[in-house]
Amino acid sequence: MEFTAILFYVFAILTIGSASIMVFSKNIVHSAFALMFTLIGVAAIYVLLYADFLAATQLLVYVGGILILILFGVMLTSQESAKLNFKTVTVNVVPASILSVTALVLLTYVFTTTQWASRNLETPQETVEILGTMLMSDYLLPFIIAGVLLLIAIIGSILMATRLNSKPTESN
Amino acid sequence: MIEIDWYLALSAVLFTIGLVGVLIRRNAIVIFMCVELMLNAVNLTLISFSSYHGDVTGQILVFFSLAVAAAEAVIGLAIILAIFRNNLSVDITKVNLLRW
Repeated sequence: MEFTAILFYVFAILTIGSASIMVFSKNIVHSAFALMFTLIGVAAIYVLLYADFLAATQLLVYVGGILILILFGVMLTSQESAKLNFKTVTVNVVPASILSVTALVLLTYVFTTTQWASRNLETPQETVEILGTMLMSDYLLPFIIAGVLLLIAIIGSILMATRLNSKPTESN
Repeated sequence: MIEIDWYLALSAVLFTIGLVGVLIRRNAIVIFMCVELMLNAVNLTLISFSSYHGDVTGQILVFFSLAVAAAEAVIGLAIILAIFRNNLSVDITKVNLLRW
């Protein structure tokens, strides 16, 4: 077996295992840390696909940004619950399982039976330079729009997360 | 040499785990984490197609998808905090004001 194949299986098992821990864990903090290992595993699989820039971006944006936000959300909304077991933290288990198994079977069937017109993985090339050139030439307008979208998201979240009923005191 | 099918199957499994989490969990923050996991699974599909076709354009799409996911994370957590301030709980079965 090739080295990259072994790496792929290791990271796939890491990703799937920690994703399962995230979904089925009773403790929210354990879920958040399992999400971290899932995201790191996905980033490693991006590296195996020669998408080095996106792997770094995944680590920066998800592990460095979104996960910290989620941990702050966990801390700000924490509450002592009387009893935490699998029954009390879940709802609608049977219909959800049926629907999910159906979705999994359909997705794997479509993915594995279609004849993808795929070539082989090419020799690794630096994607940073190509991506940068494309973002600054062909995809300049979506790039700017993404920046405006992030700005609007920041303003909107500040508006929603601040208490609006408490009037600001007049300082002068 | 790993076939593209393995990457796609991994993506399908991750998407399904996220779907299970969204459907069965009560806590809004865990549901939120599962949505992030589903977004990651779709990104993995896009990147594997992009790499196996030798075309970098798919990675541009993933880049914008990351930007939208960041915006969604910020807005979603702000909404969860607002719900927590009104209900003193993030249990979604207790957020039933609009239910019949």
